[in-house]
Amino acid sequence: MIEPFLVRALAAAIGLAIVAAPLGSLVVWNRMAYFGETVAQASLIGIALAIMFEINLTLSVVLITLAVAALLIVFARQKVVPLDSILGLMHHGALALGVIATSMLTGSPVDLVGFLFGDIFAISKEDLYWIYGGGAVVLAIIAWLWQPLLRVSVHEELAAAEGVSRNVIKPVFILVLAVTIAIAMKIVGVLLVIAFLIVPAVAARPFAATPERMAVLAGVVAVASVVIGLGLSVNIDAPGGPSIVLTMACLAGLSLVYAAVRQRG
Amino acid sequence: MSEPRGSAADGAGAGKGSQPPEHVHGPGCGTHDDGPQDFDPGALISGRGLRVARRGRTIISDIDIDIRPREIVTLIGPNGSGKTTLVRALLGLEPLDGGAIRRADGVRIGYVPQRFDVDRALPMTVERFLELGNGERKARIGDVLGEVGAVHVRSQQLGELSGGELQRVVLARALLGDPPLLVLDEPVRGVDYVGEAELYTLIGRLRDERGLGVLLVSHDLHVVMAASDRVICLNRHVCCSGVPETVAQHPEYVRLFGAETARAFGVYHHHHDHRHDLAGAPAPERRDGGLP
Repeated sequence: MIEPFLVRALAAAIGLAIVAAPLGSLVVWNRMAYFGETVAQASLIGIALAIMFEINLTLSVVLITLAVAALLIVFARQKVVPLDSILGLMHHGALALGVIATSMLTGSPVDLVGFLFGDIFAISKEDLYWIYGGGAVVLAIIAWLWQPLLRVSVHEELAAAEGVSRNVIKPVFILVLAVTIAIAMKIVGVLLVIAFLIVPAVAARPFAATPERMAVLAGVVAVASVVIGLGLSVNIDAPGGPSIVLTMACLAGLSLVYAAVRQRG
Repeated sequence: MSEPRGSAADGAGAGKGSQPPEHVHGPGCGTHDDGPQDFDPGALISGRGLRVARRGRTIISDIDIDIRPREIVTLIGPNGSGKTTLVRALLGLEPLDGGAIRRADGVRIGYVPQRFDVDRALPMTVERFLELGNGERKARIGDVLGEVGAVHVRSQQLGELSGGELQRVVLARALLGDPPLLVLDEPVRGVDYVGEAELYTLIGRLRDERGLGVLLVSHDLHVVMAASDRVICLNRHVCCSGVPETVAQHPEYVRLFGAETARAFGVYHHHHDHRHDLAGAPAPERRDGGLP
């Protein structure tokens, strides 16, 4: 008989894996990995604010994530400093502020590790409702906007000229990314959220000929990694979230080696 | 481009009344400060007094432009002359700071953007790309690919295509919307010399067969001579416009393209400021080899 905490951990991570696959593929196609990394780490500030004002953690994280995304979009308008440098600045600035705020508030560095890498074995029933409720909303929005999202991914200007309203599509995309980061936080933590999104998509790419197949295959890789990673975690008593991400990274590494060999051959 | 050049051109523009009128044809030349003009009723798209400024800097001003059915209009000018800004304004992608644009009723624009860099991270076949956003087009994909001479790439990945093949595929996507007007921004970028001539022949044929109006953007007049009905020479404002032979001899054009024009006609001179990936890598050598 499997322990209930393990069932909840599996359910949470599999739910997230299914949502993360199409979203992570979109992040990869739009070269937004670093952008996602930055907003994900800024969510630590949201955690601090939630503890400080005793408000809902998920809501607080979504709001802070959106605020940082908006700030990034404003910063991207100036042309004297390249965007990756700004992302580097924001990413570390937000992480530093988040770490200081959370450790001052909670008074113990142990809690901080939980926020940074997740605490998948402490997932409660209520957390599961959040993950599945939020995940269903995110999936529904992605499914609904799939065609315009793909068109913007292929060529933003062409899509705009053809009448796809990128002023709607892009903010909605950032919103669902923020919600996903918020619901993923307890499972894998702010440092590993983006890996959970993009690594399965990377692993799927060499085997996919269409965008849909890549998204589905990414989901398969993610779910398999959850099962293998959690199994590994329980057996060798390793942290859950990092075990899943490590499994994903190994699968992605194998996939990339295969792609490189195929290219030469 | 350089400021002195721009301001000198403005000065010359103010004195344009002194230029021989027989060397200048078409609207948009020397008439825009005579007050507001009526839109050309026969045009697919018209712009009057168009002005776009960004951060206090004027990018284009006083632009009058008309494109009529079955007409190939080439927009030409040095890098930084505002060609792409004007095209984007006509497409509704760039907000205007002055002037107005009128599209004839129901005119859709088929757009082939300047740089179509396909990110290989996104797996997508040509067929899927062509039907993207409109599944009903699937039945006509074969015909349209035939029209642009790219039937053989139908099941290939976008990322595997050469520059010329990719241009044809993007052109095919534009044609699938049955647009009365086609806008191509620097369509020969990343295409080799032979491919370039073929592409212009294809555009001419599409105009004849479909009765399209075409707006082409180029930074070099020589190669597009044969294809164009009318050339508009742009350097933030309309320097001159008319049939290609006339524009080529126009003092403003000669001044803008002086060094290059002085060389033999038909020489292709390429300003290299773009990507070298995909099949574009060997292209510069082939181009150079084509120089006399």
